[in-house]
Amino acid sequence: MTDHTPAIELKGISKAFGPVQANKDISIRVMPGTIHGIIGENGAGKSTLMSILYGFYKADAGEIFINGRPTQIPDSQAAIRAGIGMVFQHFKLVQNFTVLENVVLGAEEGAMLRPSLAKARRQLKQLAAEYELNIDPDARIEDIGVGMQQRVEILKALYRQADILILDEPTGVLTPAEADHLFRILKGLRDQGKTIILITHKLREIMEITDTVSVMRRGEMTATVQTAETSPPELAELMVGRKVLLQVEKAPATPGRTILEVENLTVIDSKGVERLRGIGLEIRAGEILGLAGVAGNGQSELLEVLGGYRKAEGRIRLNGEEIDLTGRKSDARTRRARGIAHVPEDRHHEGLILDFTAWENVAFGYHDKPEFNKGIFMDNAAIKADAAAKMERFDVRPPNPNLAAKNFSGGNQQKIVVAREIERNPDLLLIGQPTRGVDIGAIEFIHEQIVALRDMGKAVLLVSVELDEIMSLSDRIAVMFDGQIMGERLPSETDERELGLLMAGITDTDKPHSEAEIEANLAKKRASAAKEA
Amino acid sequence: MQKMPQWADVVLIPLISLILAALLSALVILAIGENPWAALKLMVEGSLGSTYAWGYTLYYTTNFIFTGLAVAIAIHARLFNIGGEGQAMLGGLGVALIALFIPWPHWSLALLGGAVGAALFGAAWALIPAWLQAKRGSHIVITTIMFNFIAAALLNYLLIGALKPSGSMEPATGRFPEATHLPTFQDMFSTAETALFRGAPVNVSFFVALLACVAVWALIWRTRLGYEIRAFGQSESAAKYAGISPTRIIVVTMLMSGGLAGMMAINNVMGEAERLVLNAVEGAGFIGIAVALMGRSHPFGVLLAALLFGFLYQGGAELALWTSIPRELIVVIQALVILFTGALDNMVRMPLEAMFLRLRPAPKPARKTEPAE
Repeated sequence: MTDHTPAIELKGISKAFGPVQANKDISIRVMPGTIHGIIGENGAGKSTLMSILYGFYKADAGEIFINGRPTQIPDSQAAIRAGIGMVFQHFKLVQNFTVLENVVLGAEEGAMLRPSLAKARRQLKQLAAEYELNIDPDARIEDIGVGMQQRVEILKALYRQADILILDEPTGVLTPAEADHLFRILKGLRDQGKTIILITHKLREIMEITDTVSVMRRGEMTATVQTAETSPPELAELMVGRKVLLQVEKAPATPGRTILEVENLTVIDSKGVERLRGIGLEIRAGEILGLAGVAGNGQSELLEVLGGYRKAEGRIRLNGEEIDLTGRKSDARTRRARGIAHVPEDRHHEGLILDFTAWENVAFGYHDKPEFNKGIFMDNAAIKADAAAKMERFDVRPPNPNLAAKNFSGGNQQKIVVAREIERNPDLLLIGQPTRGVDIGAIEFIHEQIVALRDMGKAVLLVSVELDEIMSLSDRIAVMFDGQIMGERLPSETDERELGLLMAGITDTDKPHSEAEIEANLAKKRASAAKEA
Repeated sequence: MQKMPQWADVVLIPLISLILAALLSALVILAIGENPWAALKLMVEGSLGSTYAWGYTLYYTTNFIFTGLAVAIAIHARLFNIGGEGQAMLGGLGVALIALFIPWPHWSLALLGGAVGAALFGAAWALIPAWLQAKRGSHIVITTIMFNFIAAALLNYLLIGALKPSGSMEPATGRFPEATHLPTFQDMFSTAETALFRGAPVNVSFFVALLACVAVWALIWRTRLGYEIRAFGQSESAAKYAGISPTRIIVVTMLMSGGLAGMMAINNVMGEAERLVLNAVEGAGFIGIAVALMGRSHPFGVLLAALLFGFLYQGGAELALWTSIPRELIVVIQALVILFTGALDNMVRMPLEAMFLRLRPAPKPARKTEPAE
């Protein structure tokens, strides 16, 4: 660890959005040549803080020092001049430009493009050699994998001579192998003297690669500790403010009769791309089947088909009875009536109507049930009473059914959805990304509810991109890649490495595989998808 | 967390917009050398100063309530129905056919029949754009506005052809039979000593419009269908997830919207003209858009906005009659009101929201908010 002036020092940064204090008097010192993690729950103020550092927001109070010098950062241009580069969670790349063109974009010199491109090509070669950032400068963004695209973003920052790199939740879209590669790149950058700030909510990543970690809670910086001197439970406690169980406690499953059988399910989307290619799976009563995979490999489509709002070919049987997949009766309403409940992946666009009140949302999808209706009118009093009861059982805060859904935190919004679906006592629960954007305290609670439903002898299909979640909750794990099930494993007999290979479409998991091989496989899939479209 | 209290959204913003529009109108009137204060006084007197004046204002208001409700109900499903003009024209056709070809024993039955006929014809005219939107994705704004032209052409064709009494030189139907004439406010409220609303066209259909406001309110906020319409309007993806059929919502909502626009005909065709003439709607279909926007798509707001536009219409007519302010300038004034209350909403809203945020004291925990209705 070096002992110079800090690369970045923030003193007393505060920022309020109306009545919401997003950052409260935050001070932090990031030493040069280190990887500094910032961890905190959703809404803790991590992104706001980094946006202030990158010039998107202006702090209400406080000072920024870069390499010891007080610095004003009114916009992102100033941030770049100060040597700060940012890699966003959602990449900002032009899909049909080449890598080289994307790197140059916004940093062209002079009116003509050719000299800039030539210069960039030379520099890219140099950077690639220095930091293990190998990439074909003439490949189009749309033809390369997500991991590669992220490397382009890092190259963009380095090309603009960034000494300080901020990465916002960089591993959300990566397979474990890609994440490992990213971490190696980051370590290489650090060893060359770059300073890296890593924003994440994953404790494992913090433990794996950071030197120092700062914890944020409710807009405040609660602690900064050396990573070597802390532990995941301690960090979790700092994040939440109380002790948290990181491991789900559950008894072994006792699977009963078959609830759901899926055979040869195929979905072709409106562009003619095959999203599901002959999916087959089975879930028994009292069992959680975890469906792992990198986002965008057909998991969402599978949930939509089972939930009743996407047409498909193939067969689905629920409790031994055939389900109509294409006809007039193939809608979400009919599925609910048959005992399928669905917590969708995207609560903002599917699970909730954000402008509706909580009580209106608790009836959503079940609003035609007789207990919620009196003749042609809805029985608002009955719905409100039902909502209040469910919100109390699921500890939704604030427990006010009259509040609009958009005014609840992510975790409480998700509790509203989960309460609505689980309390219907379904035979089969579909649950997608149950804890995305949900705080640790609520994660614990939602996991308990899923296990409790299983213990009541119900079937659960759990779709998640978080491998930890899949590993700890599932009784069986199926891995999806490119619209197919690559294989099924028992959690006790597999590990992240093996699942990671399956997620990259490699089924002979006994043999060793190089990273290049994995990347080639992912690129091949992207290319074939692009061709079909 | 709401950015500002609801009363500010509902009352303050329209009020400020209105004052801005009035100030600008005053400048325009000054610029052509007239006295804006005198003009305002004339407008107020001419539209609110006597029962006669009220009789005209409320007549226009009735038209605007129907077309405003038509637009408002569609907005709840995030459908922008700008075909109220054509749907109201077709409603007129429905009323005319029912009044001319069915022998009604009493005006009350004729009103009922006329309302049903007007609604059916208006709804039918909205059905095709609705179907095209739901099944083919043809944008409802484009199709409904095109259907306005088709409606005008169709009525033109019928009024110089099949519906014109033989021997008449005018593109209009014959007069409706006596039994279909609706009681005006003059008939209803005048006593032997005092004649109220003398000669004014306001009639019993004003009460039908009020009933329609209540019915639309109940439909949107108290029935399952209204719940589904609002859910669909807020988020189509969520509606699909919940098992709400987009096709059904689009078609049903547009049928009701077209039906409401069509029902305007019981006022202007059955209640006032007592025959169907060319261009009977006189732009009320378009005013309905401004009324719905200004009324925040709430039936009560629509009622108030319709009153305001009734006042502007009648007051404007008085101005044209008694001053040298040209007729076109009155359209400018009305347009300014539409511009400020409808299109420039954010211009007033954003500084006001910022002001309320600054005024707000430190956040109170668990603030009770009423449901947004």
